[in-house]
Amino acid sequence: MKKLSQLQVGKKGVIKEFTDLEMSLKLMEMGCLPGEEIVIERVAPLGDPIAINVSGYMLSLRKQEASTIILQ
Amino acid sequence: MKAEIRVALVGNPNTGKSTLFNLLTGLNQKVGNFPGVTVDKKTGYCNLPDGRRAEIIDLPGTYSLYPKSRDESIVFSVLADKGNQQAPDLVVVILDASNLKRNLLLYTQVADLKIPVVVALNMMDVAKKDGISIKVDSLAAKLGVPVVPISARRNEGIDELKKNISYANKFALQQDSIDVKAIAPQLVDAIGEEMQIDNPYYALQLAHQHEHLTFLSESESSRIEQLEQTYNFHSQKAQATETIARYNFINDLLYDTVKVKEAAHEENTSNRIDRILTHRVFGFLIFFGILLFIFQAIFAWSAYPMELIETLFVWMQTGVHQMLPAGPLTDLLADGVIAGLSGVLVFIPQIAILFAFIAILEDTGYMARVTFMMDKVMRKVGLNGKSVVPLIGGFACAVPSIMSTRTIENWKDRMITIMVTPLISCSARLPVYTLLIALVVPSRNVWWIFNLQGLALTAMYLLSMISAVVVAWVMKHILKARERGYFIMELPVYRMPRWNNVLLTMFDRAKTFVLEAGKVIIAVSVILWVLSSYGPGDTFQQIEKKYQEPQYGQKMKPSEIEHAIASEKLESSYAGHLGHVIEPVIKPLGFDWKIGIALITSFAAREVFVGTMATIYSVDNADEIQSVKAKMANARNPETGKPTFTLAVAFSLMMFYAFAMQCASTVAIVYRETKDWRWPAVQFLYMTVLAYGASFITYMLLK
Ligand SMILES: Nc1nc2c(ncn2[C@@H]2O[C@H](COP(=O)(O)OP(=O)(O)OP(=O)(O)O)[C@@H](O)[C@H]2O)c(=O)[nH]1
Ligand SMILES: [Mg+2]
Repeated sequence: MKKLSQLQVGKKGVIKEFTDLEMSLKLMEMGCLPGEEIVIERVAPLGDPIAINVSGYMLSLRKQEASTIILQ
Repeated sequence: MKAEIRVALVGNPNTGKSTLFNLLTGLNQKVGNFPGVTVDKKTGYCNLPDGRRAEIIDLPGTYSLYPKSRDESIVFSVLADKGNQQAPDLVVVILDASNLKRNLLLYTQVADLKIPVVVALNMMDVAKKDGISIKVDSLAAKLGVPVVPISARRNEGIDELKKNISYANKFALQQDSIDVKAIAPQLVDAIGEEMQIDNPYYALQLAHQHEHLTFLSESESSRIEQLEQTYNFHSQKAQATETIARYNFINDLLYDTVKVKEAAHEENTSNRIDRILTHRVFGFLIFFGILLFIFQAIFAWSAYPMELIETLFVWMQTGVHQMLPAGPLTDLLADGVIAGLSGVLVFIPQIAILFAFIAILEDTGYMARVTFMMDKVMRKVGLNGKSVVPLIGGFACAVPSIMSTRTIENWKDRMITIMVTPLISCSARLPVYTLLIALVVPSRNVWWIFNLQGLALTAMYLLSMISAVVVAWVMKHILKARERGYFIMELPVYRMPRWNNVLLTMFDRAKTFVLEAGKVIIAVSVILWVLSSYGPGDTFQQIEKKYQEPQYGQKMKPSEIEHAIASEKLESSYAGHLGHVIEPVIKPLGFDWKIGIALITSFAAREVFVGTMATIYSVDNADEIQSVKAKMANARNPETGKPTFTLAVAFSLMMFYAFAMQCASTVAIVYRETKDWRWPAVQFLYMTVLAYGASFITYMLLK
């Protein structure tokens, strides 16, 4: 079971599911849906949050939030 | 004039709603390149091609009709309040053509409310550059609504959009997107029956949001609650089902209407800029470099225009004295009003430069990156990355900044941000600092490029940031969290600042500052002048009489006598009495009763300080016309004969202004945003305590 927060910068992953219903609502509204491909674009200078590319735009989220996203 | 049609602009954050609003209405609503610029609704008027007049409503951006923050909740309450006179007849949904998929989610929700809709496909220029081709006609056919490609920033397609607004149907013609009833079939029917609603999606929305909607009566809301219990409704699960269904619809829709060119996708310009600006090492260095540069620029670039304005005012003051007959009214005009105004108007160049820089930071998209970089630090001290926007805005003015905290989803983060924002050194403190620094810090260069005065000012700004952080950290341990905090935020692409927008913002904000400050200053100047020109009973006559006695005439020159009379009169005037009343309290801080008067008048607004100084020291030595700075530099302690404004006094005074809550507008806005007078009360209290403590320590150390 690989979480989005474990992905390295520059690597891709495909969303499988979420571990947190409340968080998943916001994430899905922002375009992070099961089946969607995600690229880790960069990490903030202090190591958190991270910036990801999802469906063509840049989204930033904290590692803690990224860890609720399970990849395929 | 009444409008014949009411049009609401709805869309995701940062899609260009306010840019379009400004084009349609000719107004100057704030625009910036980060999500959450607009936090309140704003209306304007637009003439349509068919001769009708439309009322346009600009709204905060939102990703869905389920609000996550205060600003977002405004959108649904405007669309849903059907009984209200303000309910829109037509919604223009603004979609970012370069990011259609996510944008369409909100569209499908709005469309399902069955309000007539026109789609404005904005940012066509960006889409084209990114190699995205959209079959607009087939998209329109599939949705069943007009779709108008526009580029608001380049003023393209606006006439076409206006035409579509004026020919828009009174009835909603859009295709259904998803089967809403399938999400909660019995509940939707039951609420529909109960509330006389025939739109299933509206009924479903009421089920989700009834607790937060002010237009529902309590009995209606509890009735809905009961129905939810009966049918076992789980709001979050239902939302998840709905969102997934909507995205399925959107994927089908986009499958043969939108083509994205695959090549050249990897390294776009924004990414390359980000590589440097959010670099692990350089990221923060660049950020602090930018801040330092701004403060240096404020000082360096404004020197010449400030001198010019100062000369102009001294010239005006002299003119008034020469042209008008001598007397109390002339004195009021010249020494009260004009001197008071000059005290603040002199700072227009500095304030304008500050506003211009903030506008540039916001317009390029850099602000969002600062948010991104600072989130971890901010979280440590009880704030949120998003707190950066109000805090940086606080350099200009706390009032709009406190409003902009509405975008912070988490209650605790938002409250702490509101509580500490007034500590950030705002533009009203700038005149006070500049004046006092110019008085006691030599204008010398150290290490070639750094001006000593500029460094002192930068230090005051740094202090304000540090104090905000420390206070936030303390409050983090006092306040209890109500919900989890999170930070999920779109990072917009970089854009060139629009220079005319920057200029306009600069001009607009400076104008507001002058008007607002001007009103207060004139009022306070007049009151202060009256208070300092009259005393209780016949004290003034007695002073005059006293100096007519021969013993004075022999010892002193006539000009000296005049001076002595003037200062004694001031001391026994109403203002003098006021100053003397608080003198015991402020003596430990190094302030005399004259500064005490300035502290009292500054409680309405800080910038009054300079005007008060001008007025008080004009009454004192009315025979010469000088700038405020010169007057203060010449001020002497009557007992010791030493200058009043020593290094210790000036810095102690700056500390007081740094921490004290001397701004009635901020108190009012904090009350409005928190809806509880205890917040502004606590804020006022803690800031006053800090101010006193910091002043006291500073004075003790430097004395
Ligand atoms: N390239 C391009 N940029 C645009 C266009 N329209 C708006 N912008 C830019 O997009 C940014 C956001 O514009 P705003 O009008 O503030 O967006 P908004 O939708 O009101 O944003 P919020 O108030 O935060 O919801 C600004 O930097 C605009 O200059 C366009 O057609 N093309
Ligand atoms: Mg806006």
